[in-house]
Amino acid sequence: MIYLDYAATTPILEEVLQEMLPYQRQFFGNPSSVYAAGREAKKGLEEARERVAGAIGALPSEIIFTSGGTEADNMALKGAAFSHRSRGNHIVTTSIEHHAVLHTAEWLEKQGFRVTFLPVSRDGVVDLDALSASLSSETVLVSVMLANNEVGSIQPLSQVSKIVRERCRAVLHTDAVQGLGKIPIDLGKLGFDMASFAAHKLGGPKGVGALWVRHKTVIEPISHGGGQERGMRSGTPNVAGVVGFGKAAEIAQREVEGEAARLGSLRDRLQAAILSSIAEVEVNASGAPRLPGTLSMCIKGVEGESLLLMLDSKGVAASSGSACASGSLDPSHVLMAMGIPPEMAHGSLRFSLGRSSAATDVDKAVEVLTQVVGRLRSIAPITVGSG
Amino acid sequence: MRPKAVVAMSGGVDSSVAAALLKDAGYDVIGIMLKLWKGRAANNESGCCSVDAAEDARRVAQVLDFPFYVLNFADEFDRTVVGDFTAGYASGLTPNPCVTCNRTIKFRTLLSRARAYGADLFATGHYARVEETAAGFRLMRANDRSKDQSYVLYMLGQVELAMTRFPVGEYSKPEIRDIAASLGLRTAGKPDSQDICFVPNGDTHAFLRERVPAGSQPGPILNAAGESLGTHRGYAHYTLGQRRGLGLGTGLPLYVREIRPSDNVVVVAGREHMSVRTMHLRDVSFVRPRKQMFRTSVITRYRGAEAMATVQTAEATARVEFDEPQPLAAPGQSAVFYDGDEVLGGGTILSAA
Repeated sequence: MIYLDYAATTPILEEVLQEMLPYQRQFFGNPSSVYAAGREAKKGLEEARERVAGAIGALPSEIIFTSGGTEADNMALKGAAFSHRSRGNHIVTTSIEHHAVLHTAEWLEKQGFRVTFLPVSRDGVVDLDALSASLSSETVLVSVMLANNEVGSIQPLSQVSKIVRERCRAVLHTDAVQGLGKIPIDLGKLGFDMASFAAHKLGGPKGVGALWVRHKTVIEPISHGGGQERGMRSGTPNVAGVVGFGKAAEIAQREVEGEAARLGSLRDRLQAAILSSIAEVEVNASGAPRLPGTLSMCIKGVEGESLLLMLDSKGVAASSGSACASGSLDPSHVLMAMGIPPEMAHGSLRFSLGRSSAATDVDKAVEVLTQVVGRLRSIAPITVGSG
Repeated sequence: MRPKAVVAMSGGVDSSVAAALLKDAGYDVIGIMLKLWKGRAANNESGCCSVDAAEDARRVAQVLDFPFYVLNFADEFDRTVVGDFTAGYASGLTPNPCVTCNRTIKFRTLLSRARAYGADLFATGHYARVEETAAGFRLMRANDRSKDQSYVLYMLGQVELAMTRFPVGEYSKPEIRDIAASLGLRTAGKPDSQDICFVPNGDTHAFLRERVPAGSQPGPILNAAGESLGTHRGYAHYTLGQRRGLGLGTGLPLYVREIRPSDNVVVVAGREHMSVRTMHLRDVSFVRPRKQMFRTSVITRYRGAEAMATVQTAEATARVEFDEPQPLAAPGQSAVFYDGDEVLGGGTILSAA
């Protein structure tokens, strides 16, 4: 199989898995327990906290471990919204967020908050003038993703925080799930207050993530119980998972610059080869700074779902738009927000590269894609009952 | 290389077993479910297209070990099948959406997709059979007559039948359930679906009130003499030949004889006015080429009785002359021609007199 869907998830790194295993067996204790087995688990938890914090330029005490990016986003948005409700009820986010943010914001709308969904450019970059115009003293929360999961466009977060800080006291959150491990992140410099992460996007296990909450930023917990994670996330932590996240973050921190350069040139090779061998392909977000391993395209005259199915049958794993619960594809809200015409958006395809991607994978993928697009474009529907 | 079969799966037991039978026959099976409805499922939880149905079909594919995909046909389905359904009722007809779906979605768009995917065979869970003979492919009734669905497949021609198979058509329903159970498929005990898949909770009236508001305004029920006998709840809510649910207090049984959208009138008549000798059809097609005039048995509604007639065709239209007077059939429904167990073809009922 040629796996080109690293933006969806990644295989766990061997070093990460090895680091986790002892925490499933000998260090099985509850980290809240006082005896040795509990202390060992707690030690693993705190070491991981330091590693994750170190990878993103944060303090260990600012890291809240969660079950993943979605929980972190929910915690950030609901927690900040309810905590600052007395100051105002306006929330600002973008129209190209992951559903974990988008649907949470829509839910908050039902709870009485007013939400502005900012438009984006044709290249999938948030409109800063619209941001500026949307802000008021009522704005309590602004959430803008670090990089888009579908098209890879990197958002101008420094400018976002500068604009917001000048205008109001809103809490600033970023969904950084797609950024960690792909581009260097220094939260101290971004001027944000909260950021969401997920371990499985960078070679860690599924079911683990984190919310970074800057000191002195106050948010309301959204789940209640034993008071773990400084009262922000009750429930016995997934110790082995967290340990794996810590290891994956440490590796990412060490290797991110080299990997970003390598994947960037590999992606450029992929893009150039596709554009030269297949006609009528438009690369999405090509005019924006992009995540190095992401290539999103619209291929005219073919259905994205047919593309994926045929690529799969030939051993190439890719993705298109975003999947709904039934597994079928609805037109991507990201491509719609970017103003891509529906007939082009139907033929959307995303390749995303990662640690194991090599030039041979890229070349093979181009060969298979060229074949598949040719076949799909050559077959026109027939009329039933033609005898 | 093993031959490849695309199986259209609904999440029910029949299409599950269709896939299993083809897998067993040595095909590389690809399961495909069509998502025909936007947003969440329109129907009850177990209905076709629902998330649960997709999960059931996907689980069957896992157990039988073949790839499964959901394709989004919601836009095309809404445009063609639902559009035809609402437009039909708006003009006083009684459309058959399954026939439209088979004609447009399943055996045109999906079949051509299957061909593009390199499939040698396309299968569904319909109860019918395809026979290959020296004279071409024949479309036959299912062996289990009580489950026969050949009525909704009459529009298939040689091009479609050349690559289409209905694996469950050889079996009885209990046998199909037994096969599903013996393979440990979770769909083995699922109840049969009865309702129109896109009408929530099977409430056609509620659906029509929403989608055909012009046909849902009360108006007069008149007799042949033009005298008002009562009030109807919207002409789109009636079918020609209907007797029950008219709410008329007269002693003699009365039937819907005419639906007039132009002035929102429903005309009723006594039984003696409800039989016809002649029908006109449109969109007529044949499984195998036929002579212009032929004798045949005709069915004018799903599970309806057969009646002998002489059919005269011209292009895609036909005139059906029954041997004996027949109960009035509803325009919009399909008239299907049979010779014994073989489906010859059929068309949409345009009018009857």
